[in-house]
Amino acid sequence: MAAAPDAGAPPVVDVRGLWRRFGADPPVEALRGVDLRISRGEWVAILGPSGSGKSTLLHVIGCLDQPTEGTYVFNDLDIASLSDRERAGLRSREFGFVFQSFHLLSHRTVAENVMVGEVYRKGFRGDRRERAAAVLERVGLGHRIDFQPTKLSGGERQRTAIARALLGEPRLLLCDEPTGNLDSATAGRILDLFQELNAQGLTILMITHAPEVAERAGRRVGIVDGILEEAA
Amino acid sequence: MTGRERAVAALGGLRRRARSRREVASVPPASVSARDLAAEAVAGLFSRPGRTALTVLGTVIGLGALVATLGLTRTADNRIVGRFDEVAATEVVVSARPVSQDAVPNTLPWDAPARLARLNGVVAAGNLSTVEVGDALVTTSPVSDPQRRTDLKLAVDAASVDLFTAVRATLRSGRLFDRGHSRRGDRIAVLGPNAAERLGITGVEQLPAISVGDEVFAVAGVLDSVARQHDLLSAVIIPEGTARTLYGLGSPEVVVIETDIGATALIAEQAPFALAPAKPQGLKAAYAPEQKRVREAVQSDLTLLFLMLGAVSLIVGAIGIANVTLVSVMERTGEIGLRRALGATRRHIACQFLLESSVMGCVGGIVGASLGTLVVVGVAAYQGWTPVLDPLVPIAAPLIGAVTGFVAGTYPALRAARMEPVDALRFGT
Repeated sequence: MAAAPDAGAPPVVDVRGLWRRFGADPPVEALRGVDLRISRGEWVAILGPSGSGKSTLLHVIGCLDQPTEGTYVFNDLDIASLSDRERAGLRSREFGFVFQSFHLLSHRTVAENVMVGEVYRKGFRGDRRERAAAVLERVGLGHRIDFQPTKLSGGERQRTAIARALLGEPRLLLCDEPTGNLDSATAGRILDLFQELNAQGLTILMITHAPEVAERAGRRVGIVDGILEEAA
Repeated sequence: MTGRERAVAALGGLRRRARSRREVASVPPASVSARDLAAEAVAGLFSRPGRTALTVLGTVIGLGALVATLGLTRTADNRIVGRFDEVAATEVVVSARPVSQDAVPNTLPWDAPARLARLNGVVAAGNLSTVEVGDALVTTSPVSDPQRRTDLKLAVDAASVDLFTAVRATLRSGRLFDRGHSRRGDRIAVLGPNAAERLGITGVEQLPAISVGDEVFAVAGVLDSVARQHDLLSAVIIPEGTARTLYGLGSPEVVVIETDIGATALIAEQAPFALAPAKPQGLKAAYAPEQKRVREAVQSDLTLLFLMLGAVSLIVGAIGIANVTLVSVMERTGEIGLRRALGATRRHIACQFLLESSVMGCVGGIVGASLGTLVVVGVAAYQGWTPVLDPLVPIAAPLIGAVTGFVAGTYPALRAARMEPVDALRFGT
């Protein structure tokens, strides 16, 4: 079902010997020498209990946080060499984020929520509203375009958030417990959507603590105490 | 490699080339257009309209008070200037300077009005002198009425015919005296309205007469008002010629001149030369009485008080904006995290909150200026004044409001910008 990972091409994410320490005296080591490569078209799930460092890893890969040590090359681009503004540009144009708590703006319509990221992509092509409508259609929310998020079900809210992430045509979709706030049936339908998007060629990195959610991904990686181990 | 795999690889290669053209070498940095930023700020404000309105209220009151104060001050000033124009700004009074006892006294000539009329800028000029009548009392009736005191101590003034024009006298009843009366020394008098009232004379239909001491005068007319030399309202005014004959008036005491507007300084300079070419320094020409400055001083104290009140409300308004923006930043932690994840830089976040607080201040300024202007117009309409407002004031108010909002928003905006996106996403909902 999933598109074949593009093995010959350079990996989208290439992380080597990544450490992330918080505080001093004694420092908390959230990531301890993590190596991870994600190829184009892969759907990777990182499975770990809370406090295992999976969120930190997602934030570092999403350029929301910086590693203490180690190299991170994203699509042939050494992240350490980028300025703050360039990392922000990368977040805006290369990554899409989906969060457990959706992070929708409650006073704006679904369409406005989807378009909010466009503000930071000055000069990006095309008519925003048309593209927002198209991407909402793609996640199955075409009929909710002018609704307030407060009127939506949990699954619809997450679909809105996914549409928002997809609008910038990201190279990598980063999902932080995307089904954590949803019941299992709704979660299943969201995972179906991910599978569909993955089949269309989208690279997805998802973190979760639930093995049955990780089960759906093409590739599973476990993380315990900041150390990754590839699952069979 | 199967055919399918080759096709996928080729497709991937194509896509990669298309992609790599989009981001040659470096990443396009995140950037925001002013229009989008403004739209986001306005949307942020409209998401809590009630709170925004209450927050703006402080600035509205502050700037409203400032605009109203400035407008009312200007309006009131204009009213004073208006009265000043009519009277003081067109008045010059020439008098002789006193000299030491043995020296030749400085005098004004009897034909002063005629001489001054030749000067450009003089509208009218007339002589006015106080007549020394000693202890003589003024009465209408030779009979002593026990019910009412009929003999009064009233000032008796001698006036040249032109004086009535120079003080803009209006008649209530009867007529003024003319040159003939003066030349012949007729016993005729014009009464000021207050003097007439005290004497019980309401009009001249009954051909009333008054006696000043032993001299009897026919009352020719009663004045209604004068624009200047208000002492005339309570005086008995007799022709100058009569005063010379009866009371031995030596020379006019003062010459009252009405000038064109703005000509007072010039006429005050020229009049002594026209009246006493041999010794102009012996005459004193006075204009623009001191009284006006006193009034201005009082006015400016009040103005200062109101301006300070306005400034205090503005500061309170600014604190309100700062407070609410800070609360808003805390509440919107999640939104800040989200925006950072969507590519906003710290600067973008700071700009958004600064813009929100500035817009609040600016709206406060617009509403405040409107209300202040309405107050000025309302008070002016009620008082029957002409409303006067410096056009800069209502234009500056929104600007001052925006600056206030900007300053008030600085600290909250910096707080918002300083947030780490990871923390903001974790703690905000």
